Parts: sequence; structure tokens; C-alpha cells
Amino acid sequence: MFAYTVRRLLLAIPVLLIISFVIFSLLTLAPNDPLGDLPLTIPPEVRADMRAALGLDQPFFIRFLLWLHQFFINEPMNLVQALTGLDFGDAHRARVLSWATRSPVVDLIVQRLPQTLWVVGLAYLFGVLLAIPIGVVSAYRQHSWFDQIGAFVAMVGYSTPTFFTGVLLIVVFSVKLQWFPSVYDTNLKVTDWASLIAQARQMTLPVLVLTLYNTSQISRFVRASMLDNLHQDYVRTARAKGVKERTVVLFHVLRNSLIPVVTVIALGVPTIFSGAIVTEQVFRVNGLGQLLITAIQGGDLPLVQTLTFVFAVLIVAFNLIADLLYGLLDPRISYE
Amino acid sequence: MSEAAAIAEAPAGPVGGHVWRQFRRHPGGVAGLVVFALIGLAVLFGPWLHRVDPNRISIRERNQGLSLLHPFGTDNLGHDLFAQVLAGGRVSLAVGVAAMAISLLLGASVGVASGYWRRLDGPLMRLTDLFLALPLLPLLLVAVTLFREPLRAAFGPSTGIFILIVGSIGVTSWMQTARIVRGNVLAVKRLEFVLAAQASGMRARRILFKHILPNVLSSILVSATLGMATAIITESVLSFLGLGFPPDFPTWGRLLYDGVSFMQITPSRVIWPGLAISLTVLSVNYIGDAIRDALDPRALRR
Repeated sequence: MFAYTVRRLLLAIPVLLIISFVIFSLLTLAPNDPLGDLPLTIPPEVRADMRAALGLDQPFFIRFLLWLHQFFINEPMNLVQALTGLDFGDAHRARVLSWATRSPVVDLIVQRLPQTLWVVGLAYLFGVLLAIPIGVVSAYRQHSWFDQIGAFVAMVGYSTPTFFTGVLLIVVFSVKLQWFPSVYDTNLKVTDWASLIAQARQMTLPVLVLTLYNTSQISRFVRASMLDNLHQDYVRTARAKGVKERTVVLFHVLRNSLIPVVTVIALGVPTIFSGAIVTEQVFRVNGLGQLLITAIQGGDLPLVQTLTFVFAVLIVAFNLIADLLYGLLDPRISYE
Repeated sequence: MSEAAAIAEAPAGPVGGHVWRQFRRHPGGVAGLVVFALIGLAVLFGPWLHRVDPNRISIRERNQGLSLLHPFGTDNLGHDLFAQVLAGGRVSLAVGVAAMAISLLLGASVGVASGYWRRLDGPLMRLTDLFLALPLLPLLLVAVTLFREPLRAAFGPSTGIFILIVGSIGVTSWMQTARIVRGNVLAVKRLEFVLAAQASGMRARRILFKHILPNVLSSILVSATLGMATAIITESVLSFLGLGFPPDFPTWGRLLYDGVSFMQITPSRVIWPGLAISLTVLSVNYIGDAIRDALDPRALRR
């Protein structure tokens, strides 16, 4: 297991390097001038100075290596220095700077992260918590009305794009009934009960939309996995030796059924960050997804590059975590 | 049909007939097929029955509700919504079919090549893993933004965007198909009739087309339905984020995006296109489910 983990971690390094190179080349080689939106009246020498200030006059590989150096060496060292208070060298290393705001990209990401984690992460958590009981009951009472309705609702929830459910909920609950705000107030600070309630109210709709989507997706997996296990021999054995039905289902079957589900859940975590782009846009939540959209629209290449790469790191990391969890939970799988 | 007759008939008919019989027993699948066929027919032939130009502007008739003349009402410029949804459906479905075709072609070729030739297996599967590790939606957004202008200049506004969107969705969605097809090819390759064909000196290309492809076709079919559903959703996501088709060339996603600003006045502007997307994707997903169940030997017992 340990050797496998180390091997996978080492393998992740070239993968991430290739991914960052792919993203960088896509952004850099695209036939699109980052300064193309500026007025034509700017004299050529000023334009050249601006290109130099953004680092655009350097050759492609130098820029890529600079980004790598800033992202993989300078940023982590700054972070360690800030966290531990240790002093090793200059605390003002060159950082990846956003072209639009001239502030470090990592700071922007750290600013936006809490909103995404709260809204989208909470929805994912609710989705998992709801999906497991729904999946268990649907599988245990296969072909019952609960299963039929559950399967239909899951199929609808999984087929309806989140921007449509979001807009539909806004039309019903914000426009017609006026129960919840349609726009997420990003300046709201939770200081007392009133603001806490306001925060909960504005989070309700986006969390509901994503919970519906996540629940539909995960409950289908739980149901299928439960069905695979319910008819196995060990279940018959457990029943035959007189184990209570409740124990059979909730301990023997559920424990085994959750093994593949856990990996699916782990694989879905990166989509918390990237997949919520749409929902954040619908409800105007200023999370990471919205940051990415504004960066793309504004042609802020360093921000786009870093953010996309962070998403890639998450995907690679959670792929690894899913594989390791699978090995840890299922003794039949050995990675030796 | 009685059970005995079904068994007697089963070996005689082709594999497709058996799948079709199983498919018909899946109520969701049949309903999905009917709904999808209806949507397809409406989108294809609807504009001949409902003869209103989707781009006709008539300010006098703006923001109307449902009426016989305008079954879905009109928008803030007096566009007929029903005509627009029909026209948008043509583009949305065309994008779905074309992107699915590209992703299927790529996925099936990669899957067959890596399953059949052992030498290609390693590199092609690493490539697949690499693509799976890419954050696809962000990259799609980036690609669509960066390559929009040059493609527009090269092929004209609507064709350029169509090529761009179909191409980028196709290139980023072939990986699941490749994996499934590879697995099936690996299984089929070891069967006796392939060995016999190889022993009789059949060339690899003929073996692939005559023996391997027909046997993995069913799994390709399932991926096709899933691929089409995701392609339609991805296109509407791009349009919804304002990075898809231009406003005068509406798709369902674009109509929804344009409707969001007016949802307080005319909520029907978001509901109809959204309903069209959801129904299409739902029916396609049900068709896919039914085909998968029909192919699953474990489901035969029912």
C-alpha cells in the first residue's frame, strides 16, 4: 500500500506538469492578443512597455518556466513562511499576479474559496447524506412505489441542467412567492441572529439546486450497489443464521455497498469546485466559478491558468484518494 | 408472444432483434423514444406548420402571453417564442448529434486501437487518463473564448461557432467511450471466432470491421445516447454562460440565457427552452438506460 501510494504520487508529478503545459500552451498559443481590447491610440512603444510589464515579451518557454517557478516554489514558500513565522530568505518572492487586479492570484483564490466551499460543499454534503438512505430504501424495496418514484425523480434531477432548476426556483420562490432572495449578497457578514438567518435564506436556493442534482446522481449509485450486494450468498447466510433483518441490511449489506459509493463520492469532490460554475453564475455567488468566468471574459490569463490548474490538481488528487480508499476499504483489492 | 415462442425465435433472429424485444419491455425507454421522436419531428417539421419567422420583430406584440397565434407567447421584441424554440431546437439537436458523432468516432477508434493492438494500448490509455484529469469545463470555456474570433473570421459567424462548439465538445468527451470500447474489444478479441479469423489469415482491418466492431456496437450505442445528452447539456451551459452561439442564432441554452433577464416579466421565456432541454436529455437518458438494461444479461431473468 505504501509503495503503491509513493509510486502514484511520483507518477502524479509528470501528469501535473503535462497538464499545466497543456493549459499554458492553449492559453498562450491561442490566436488572441491579450492587449487586443486596448484602444488603438496607444503608441507602439507604450504598448511594447505594457507587454514587457506583463512579461509578454519573453519567449514561450521562459514564461512557462517562470509560472512554474512562481507557482510551485515561491507560493508554497511564502505560504510556509506566513504560517510558521520562520524566516528563510526574502519574504517578497515574485508571485503569480493577476493582470486585471495586479494582486496575487493565490490571494484572490483564497478570498473566493469560502463562498464556494460553503454553498457548493454544503450541497454536496446534503446530497451524500440524502442519497444514501434513499438509495438503500429504493434497493431494498425494489419495484415498490418508493423505488419507482425515486428512480423517476433521480432521472429528472440528473437530466435537468442546474441552470434550469436554478432559474425555475428563482421564478417560483423569489419572483412569485418572494420567500428567498434571488441574488446572493456577498457583503453580508454573519454577526448576529438576523444576519445568520439572512445568510441561511440566501443560501437556500443555490444549495437546494445543487443538492437535488447531487442526490439524484449519488442515489443511483447507492441503489445499484445495494442491489448488487442484496442477492449475494453472504446475505442469505446472515439471514439463515438468524441475524435481524435490520442488521443484515444496515451493517452487512450497506457496509459492502458503500465501498464503490465512497470512491464515486471522492471522485465527485473536484466537481464541487469546477462544476458549480453554472450555479454560482445563476445566483451570483462570488465563488471560484465566478472568478473563473470573470477572468476568462477579461482575458486575465495568469488567473485563468492558475485557477484551471488548481482544478486539475484537485482532480488528480481525488483520483488518487479514491483509488487509495478503495484499497483501504476493500480487502479483496491489493495494490502490491 | 408466449415464452416458448420467444425462446424458439431467439437464436434465429439477429442480435438487434433480441435487444429490441428487451428494449420494448422497458416502459421508460419506450416513453423516452416516443418523446424524443416527437421532439425531433416537431423541431424538423414544426417550422412548416407554424409559419412564423423566428427572427421577425414586431414591437406591438411584445411580452404577450400564450395565444393561438403565439402558442408560447412573445419576448420583449415581439419574437414568437414557439418559432424560436423550434429553430433553437434544430441547432441544439444538431450540436448534440454532431458532437456525439465526433466523440464517438474518436472514442471508438481509440478504444478499438488500444484494445486490439497491444503496442498502442499503453500510450493511448495514458492519453485517455490525461484527458480525464483535465478540468474540462474550464478548458472548454477558455477554448471557446480564445478561438471564437479566428473561427468566425474563417467560416462566418454561425458556421464558425458551430464548428468550434461541436469540435471542442467532441474532443473533450470521448474518454468514457474509449474505455468502454477498449474493455469490450479486449473481451471479444479472445473469443474463438476471432482466433479462427486470425488463423485463416484474415487481415487485421477486415477482422476489425467484420468481427470486432459488430460485437462492440451495442456498448457504443449506449455511449452514444449518454454522449448526446451530455453534448446538449454542455452546449446549453456554454450558451448560458454567454460563451455559446450569438443571439441571432438561438439555441435552447441561448434562449434561456436571454430569457433570464426578463424572467420577472415573462417567465415563459426561461421555462419553455429549459423544459425543451430537460425533456430531450431526460428522454435520451431513458433510451440509454433501456438499451443498457436490454444488453445486460442479468436483467434477462425478469
